[in-house]
Amino acid sequence: MKPKATGLPLHYRLAVVSRCLAALLGGYVLASLTSVCLALLAPLPQVDAVLLGMMLSFVVYLLAFLWCFACRSAWQAWVGVLAPSLVLGVIDALAYWTNLP
Amino acid sequence: MREGFRQAMAWLHTWTGLIFGWLLFAIFLTGTMSYFKEEISHWSQPEIQRHALDPANSLALAQRYLQHNAGSASGWFIRLPSEREPAISVGWRTPEGGRRGFMRKDLDASSGEEVQARDSRGGEFFYRFHFQLEMPHPWGRWLSTLCAFIMFLGLITGIITHKKIFKEFFTFRPGKGQRSWLDGHNAIGVLVLPFHLMISYSSLVLFMYMVMPAGILASYGGETNRYFSDLFGRDLDVTPAGVVAPMVALPTLYAKALEQAPGAHLDTVQVQNPNDQNARVSFTRASSDDVAYRRSQTWSFDGVTGRLLSSGAPESGMMMTSFSFAGLHMGNFAGPWLRWLYFFFGLGGTAVIGTGLVMWLGKRQLKHAKRARMPAELRLVEVLNIASMSGLLLGVAAFFWSNRLLPLEMQGRGDMEVNAFLGVWALSLLHAVLRPGRRAWAEQLGLGALAFASLPLLNALTTGQGLNHSLAVGDWAMAGFDLTALAVGLFLGWTARKMLTSPTVAAKRAPRAVPPRRDSGAEVEAH
Repeated sequence: MKPKATGLPLHYRLAVVSRCLAALLGGYVLASLTSVCLALLAPLPQVDAVLLGMMLSFVVYLLAFLWCFACRSAWQAWVGVLAPSLVLGVIDALAYWTNLP
Repeated sequence: MREGFRQAMAWLHTWTGLIFGWLLFAIFLTGTMSYFKEEISHWSQPEIQRHALDPANSLALAQRYLQHNAGSASGWFIRLPSEREPAISVGWRTPEGGRRGFMRKDLDASSGEEVQARDSRGGEFFYRFHFQLEMPHPWGRWLSTLCAFIMFLGLITGIITHKKIFKEFFTFRPGKGQRSWLDGHNAIGVLVLPFHLMISYSSLVLFMYMVMPAGILASYGGETNRYFSDLFGRDLDVTPAGVVAPMVALPTLYAKALEQAPGAHLDTVQVQNPNDQNARVSFTRASSDDVAYRRSQTWSFDGVTGRLLSSGAPESGMMMTSFSFAGLHMGNFAGPWLRWLYFFFGLGGTAVIGTGLVMWLGKRQLKHAKRARMPAELRLVEVLNIASMSGLLLGVAAFFWSNRLLPLEMQGRGDMEVNAFLGVWALSLLHAVLRPGRRAWAEQLGLGALAFASLPLLNALTTGQGLNHSLAVGDWAMAGFDLTALAVGLFLGWTARKMLTSPTVAAKRAPRAVPPRRDSGAEVEAH
């Protein structure tokens, strides 16, 4: 349940570091891409869509954090944040380029 | 993190709480103090006289002062006195512009003369500290917002961990060492839960344009200014005509603005291009009038003809949502009773963080109770616990003591108060390193008790505005500060006495109070 000061194998410690990075950085990327997606695609006035995206992004960040520590392995943590990020990234890119004047 | 969802969440709660707890404690304590920012400033600058409110007269005085001292400025800013802020605050932009080109002065509300008050940042210091942490821009804001997110995470993981949270709310087992700390931690946490969720999520909303800017960049491209003008509905800047024209008296415009919003408190007045053909005067409603910031509550006038030009654009539902979170966080709308409630909720949050840190250590100390020395990493946590909690309180006391004791004419006096705060805080860390844990707690809490409890006396001796005076004239801000300091002193004295009289409760009594089989219960696993 918690790493004791001694007697924990190195691979366990590395897995914890990996999960932390997945949560902190991977989660942030996922939250950012969600906010972009809503900002560009929500059927609202421009500033409202941006506000909605930013306000909901923190909930996504939170869920990503929970996922990264609840899933079975560090690999799953990364897949869990990066796979939806990839999908959102493609949607965002399409929306961004078609929106350009 | 291998044994299932709730255990994983308990692990996350425990370790994020430990790593960010020390900083969160400081943020929560200084943030809680900020609910009485103006009252602390009033205590820190007792020279500023309080007068009966007369907005129109104050506005005339402000205009007279600015006309004499800043007639050629490109813009004027006036904040009128309120129940909580006794002085008229005026500011102006010199024609050179830039950050350095901004001047600020406080004026006496009845004479209109510059107030000669001691140099002190007062409540503003603690307010700024709670989101800037005395770090260079923008790092302090980033770090404090990250802490707010961790707090938000800690609340959610705490709820998940403690499944029977509402049922066990009525369980409190005092005098049982570690178990009492856990009960207290849970009881306060649940009681104040809606406040905690609001305060941590709203801090994210307040700084979301800084920490989550991708949406703004994607939608507005490089023109982030356009996002802010869309959001706040700002009027475009009017270029000066270059033709001198006499301005209409501001109190006349004040009366006209009041016709638009009868009964409103209009406390912010801005003048663009004063004494120019294109002068613009805008009045904004005080933030104490509404929970949310209301951009619609702004009225702009032609400064020469006095004609109403525009009123603020209405807000959308999304804007009201975001502005409401900001307003709930800052609590400017709160009257005295609600303000005290905010204060106690904030103290509750501080206590939840503090009890959590104490428990983390207490539980692990049990395992090493029989050894003469505790392991280095536990000793590190103990030292940081002491310095971040009792040490911080000593720093706050040092700020107020230096406010009363430093010579009034001293150069850089306001900065010296801040240095006293930081210096004493650093010394408390040194003290905690040198002294054994319980002694260090007792000595710092005891010193804090003396320092806070004697603040009313120090105030009476150095300013003549002690409780005998403030209670007699009904200066409740001054009296409230002194009485709160006294109460804090008494509370710290009580905790110091506990530390002295019942040595090593956590290490010796708790194993008997908490049998090992109970340790396997889910609610203990968080800690």
